[in-house]
Amino acid sequence: MFYKMLVKEMGIIGIDSLGIVVLLATFMGAVMCLQTAHQVSGWYPAYIIGFTVRQTMILEFSPTLIPIILAGKVGSNIASQLGTMRVTEQIDALEIMGVNSSGYLVLPKIIAGLFCIPILVVMSMFLGVASGAGIAFVTKVCSMAEYQEGIQLDFESYSVVYALLKTSVFALIMTSVSAYHGYHTEGGALDVARSSTKAVVYSAVIIMITNLVLTQILL
Amino acid sequence: MIELVNISKSFGDQTVLKDVSAQFEKGKVNFVIGRSGSGKSVMTKCTVGLLEPDSGNVLFDGRNFTAMNLKQRKEIRKEIGMLFQGSALFDSMTVEENVMFPLKMFSEMPLEEMKARVLHCLNRVELTGSEHKLPAELSGGMQKRVGIARAISMNPQYLFCDEPNSGLDPQTAIIIDNLILDLTKEYGMTTVVISHDMNSVIEASDTIHFIHQGEVAWSGNNADMMTSSSSTLNDFVYASKLMQRMRNTI
Repeated sequence: MFYKMLVKEMGIIGIDSLGIVVLLATFMGAVMCLQTAHQVSGWYPAYIIGFTVRQTMILEFSPTLIPIILAGKVGSNIASQLGTMRVTEQIDALEIMGVNSSGYLVLPKIIAGLFCIPILVVMSMFLGVASGAGIAFVTKVCSMAEYQEGIQLDFESYSVVYALLKTSVFALIMTSVSAYHGYHTEGGALDVARSSTKAVVYSAVIIMITNLVLTQILL
Repeated sequence: MIELVNISKSFGDQTVLKDVSAQFEKGKVNFVIGRSGSGKSVMTKCTVGLLEPDSGNVLFDGRNFTAMNLKQRKEIRKEIGMLFQGSALFDSMTVEENVMFPLKMFSEMPLEEMKARVLHCLNRVELTGSEHKLPAELSGGMQKRVGIARAISMNPQYLFCDEPNSGLDPQTAIIIDNLILDLTKEYGMTTVVISHDMNSVIEASDTIHFIHQGEVAWSGNNADMMTSSSSTLNDFVYASKLMQRMRNTI
């Protein structure tokens, strides 16, 4: 039963979030490319465009913004699902049957988040850098050779390790904070909505604060 | 048999249960009646361990549930079936999956045997053919019957029903009452029904406990209740015009 739940949650957290991640990463990479080109044009060599897109996507946009967006989508989904189960006595029903409700309902969501969100973030890094190349090619803000030189310039693999460490912590925060608010809902439909809102707001705030602390510690 | 011995429960300054003692007999449908807010649901939640009583003990056939650790309580809970007020069916699962859920969690049965058991339970509540429907596709009465099928799937020793007839029309309510009564006799369960529906009490009760302001104000059977001299009980039982007319014919 646990593995079935885990696979189901991976589908909800991972597969169902593919669309929004692809959309966001593609546009973020493309916009970052155009913004950089506009700022550095004539002042710095053109390969800086590829370099900036890579650094921003790997270090900040993908590992921080994607989990914040997912806190809105996945976090509210987790909180409202658990909140509804609480107010309709489904969690009480599990407890009466002798099932550890938090282990059965919450743990698969946390594990699925820890597994799927880093994969989504790595995918968004690639997509962001690729979409930057695409928009550079279409708008001719730099040549492909310059862009390629930029994305290879001073590349440190630790950047990816740092990004994945941050992402894993954010995934843990998002899933557990949302599950906490949903699981401890009391009342009716309005309280489920409140729990869902709280889950998103608390997750986003805690992610931002943790981001600051982790950046100071890890870089 | 389930025994409650001097159960008390407070929330902050508000005392909800005051030294409640009651016995729910095996093979009988034991009703707990009382006004809204009298402490019926809190008493049930304390009995099944969803709430911890401040003092007192709950004994399931002599086994002190209150003194047990979590692991021991889980073993007792496998012997408990519960029908919730809103049915509490898992909405992402079909009827078959809902009824099969406790079997999958706790039994070692092969899948075919589980399916046969589910069919038997659904047949018992007259819902054969609804296996692949989702709870949202069922009427309120059908959801209650699926809730009963799920509650009896593990052959429970104890069945708790919280307001089993709330939101149902009188005819469907009688079907549910009779089902609870029949299953109690058939499985020899200790059944506890929380209700303030007097039709159900008259239809299905073997024993009755009347809770008033957090205390057991009266206990007895159906016939005793109709002729009781307790004014608080009579105020509750004969609150409706229909019941008042009925009293005049007794």
